[in-house]
Amino acid sequence: MAQVGQFALALSVVVAAYSIVASLLGIRLKSDKLIASGRNAAIGVFACVTMSIVSLTYLFLIDDFSINYIAEHSNRDLPVYFKISAVWGGQEGSLLFWGWLLTVYSALVIFQNWRKHTAMMPYVTAVLMSSGLFFTAMNLFVVNPFNQVVVLQPGGVNALFVPQDGAGLNPLLQYILMVIHPPILYLGFVGFAVPFAFAIAAMASRQLGDTWIRTTRRWTMVAWFFLGTGILLGGKWAYVELGWGGFWGWDPVENASLMPWLIATAYLHSVMVQEKKGMMKVWNMVLIILTYVMCIFGTFLTRSGLVSSVHAFAQSPIGGYFLAFIVVGLSGSLYLLLDRLNYLKSDNQMESLVSRESSFMFNNLILLASCFAVFWGTIFPVISEAAPEWMGGGVKVTVGPPFFNRVNVPIAIFLLFLTGVGPLLAWRKASTNSLKRNFLWPAGIALASGVGLFFLGVDHFYAWLSLVMCIFVSLTIGREFYKGARARSVGSGENFVEAVVNLTLRNTRRYGGYIVHFGFVLLFLGWSGQAFTTDTQSETGIGETITMRQYTLRMDKLAIEEMPNYTTSKATISLFENGEKVGVLYPERRFYTSSGQPTTEVAIWSTLKEDLYVVFAGSAPDGKKAVMQVYLNPLVAWVWIGGIILGLGTLIAMLPNKKSAPRTSPVNRVEERREVEQHTT
Amino acid sequence: MKRKQLKFVVGSAVIVVTVAFLAFSGFTESMAYFQTVTELYAKKDSYYDKRLRVSGDVVPHTIVREGTAVKFDIQHEGNTMSVTYIGTDPLPDTFRDYATAVVDGKYGRDGLFTATGLQAKCASKYEKEAAAGAVTQNFGE
Repeated sequence: MAQVGQFALALSVVVAAYSIVASLLGIRLKSDKLIASGRNAAIGVFACVTMSIVSLTYLFLIDDFSINYIAEHSNRDLPVYFKISAVWGGQEGSLLFWGWLLTVYSALVIFQNWRKHTAMMPYVTAVLMSSGLFFTAMNLFVVNPFNQVVVLQPGGVNALFVPQDGAGLNPLLQYILMVIHPPILYLGFVGFAVPFAFAIAAMASRQLGDTWIRTTRRWTMVAWFFLGTGILLGGKWAYVELGWGGFWGWDPVENASLMPWLIATAYLHSVMVQEKKGMMKVWNMVLIILTYVMCIFGTFLTRSGLVSSVHAFAQSPIGGYFLAFIVVGLSGSLYLLLDRLNYLKSDNQMESLVSRESSFMFNNLILLASCFAVFWGTIFPVISEAAPEWMGGGVKVTVGPPFFNRVNVPIAIFLLFLTGVGPLLAWRKASTNSLKRNFLWPAGIALASGVGLFFLGVDHFYAWLSLVMCIFVSLTIGREFYKGARARSVGSGENFVEAVVNLTLRNTRRYGGYIVHFGFVLLFLGWSGQAFTTDTQSETGIGETITMRQYTLRMDKLAIEEMPNYTTSKATISLFENGEKVGVLYPERRFYTSSGQPTTEVAIWSTLKEDLYVVFAGSAPDGKKAVMQVYLNPLVAWVWIGGIILGLGTLIAMLPNKKSAPRTSPVNRVEERREVEQHTT
Repeated sequence: MKRKQLKFVVGSAVIVVTVAFLAFSGFTESMAYFQTVTELYAKKDSYYDKRLRVSGDVVPHTIVREGTAVKFDIQHEGNTMSVTYIGTDPLPDTFRDYATAVVDGKYGRDGLFTATGLQAKCASKYEKEAAAGAVTQNFGE
């Protein structure tokens, strides 16, 4: 079976190369046959890589420890679903998985668009297959998952060797969120290959209307949805599994996924300006190129060992190849862009600072500034070490979370502000009257609540500002739904709820967008709570208590339990709120036998108001007491709730608009159409 | 440039300057020199009382808990440094004998390092393999 996987992988490299050549040559020679052959080859690559990854999965399931990758990432006792997730649990397999997803996307895109966009598709195929070729070749020649375990014998002879059992999967990864987090994140990373390929194809074929943008709108949203979900799941995993009380630490690996997300978010917004006003054409090209480059860069950053990170893969030889791929891809794209500048002239110019297009421009500017700051902060250790000594270089200098927070917190709050304001501004120029009509009440109520919040004890400036903005934005969004639904129900006789639903389904892009924005409001609510996190640490024996605000924790039992896979120290803690027993918590400290790795199992008591987060940090020297670390994290639950709303909103925005209901009177329809034209974003 | 465009240039400039200022102040507040124990020892004098991140491998059997503080030694290429961790976050799971630790804090003139932050990574796969004498080869060769 290993031979099958290996052969399929080798074949995919050859076929991907052929697909690129056939597509490009076909365009040049105007040969439909060659072009079609290039397309079929791309489908063939999908089949080959699928074969390869299926055989790797099979080898995991039958515990074939003669394969080095499997011996390192699995063991006999590992449950089946973890064996499957171990396929992407390490360097080699995760790259194969990356490549496979790319071929899946490629095949889908080809089936969906081949007939519709004849001029662009051969280029799209060539661009997608260039990435495909890179990843399959890396897998074949540099990090091959099918390598066998070989032992160096005395006398310098290599011999094959089959270990009795594997080294096991890292226990930190033996967690359900960790099974789905990487695939989802990769679906995001890889997904941006599609709009990128169309952008390049649009330039290459000089089809520079907004066809490529409209064609890839849903693909971009799919990728954006997965990337965002992946990032949030990563945060959830860190929160539940790593036991330091937080969900985001500005680690290089986290930054690697945030950077493409920031640029993609800018892109999602600025394409609307191109669709509506024919502006920002060059800018959109730059953004989508940067997004994809950042996806590759992120993959590179986490795998090359370039910057030290707790989560990153071990140092490996793939860094140089990735860097070369990035340089070639970026310079090729930018060259093409410079060559086609004439085709990308703007149809209009910005007129007023207070307008929809200018709010998009500022949104873009600060998203990019944020990405830029994250980028420099992440690679600063490398830059500072490589810089010549007269520039103060030669020394590795790192920056910590305060740097990232200092820049990004105000940026994020400003973005939140734009979220409330931008969608209600008119294109071209918003009149003072409309500003008053749209914002007077929301702003007034938000400010009044702000005064209230201050007296309630919210004394952290950014947290306060963020909460005020949350209220402001919620009000503007709520008002939009209310206004639209009331107009509908008056005309059609629908009740209010029906009207809200139909309103949303009739203009999914606009109202789905509002729901996404509301998801962000909830995320900000959760983030604001972070400013008020408190914690305490104490050595606690049986019968002793820890008190935090209204909560009291009483240690009832400390036991050591033997499990098949691990040994665990387990505490049983009764939780009292205002003197009343509300629950029992079981924080644990496990010791995994096969890998010799201890892990903490955090116990979390979660309410909408706050999380009580209990960590079994260790045993006191005498062995009779446990060191317990207790965090009180306000409002964390809203981060996850916001994430879910955000995802739902994205899905709604991807739905096609429902056609007009026959019940609507003609007069009303005209009215609505005008409304839609005014507001469609 | 037309006058109409000027306000956009000014608006953008205000944002860029603000962000640059925030970045600069965040940088000076949180920058730290990243050194191995060996590198630190080579230039001790210039690093006293500076914010540092020092990496080294945890010397086995040196981890001792004293109240809420944790003491241990880290070493790099034979140079050993004693560390007292007084941070508030619990120790990471990966922190144990032989692990590569990165400590944030200050190096005192008494030769002791006081850490407020601590990260750890298991000894890398490569080292484990090298120790076991196993090498991998391309499939089929």
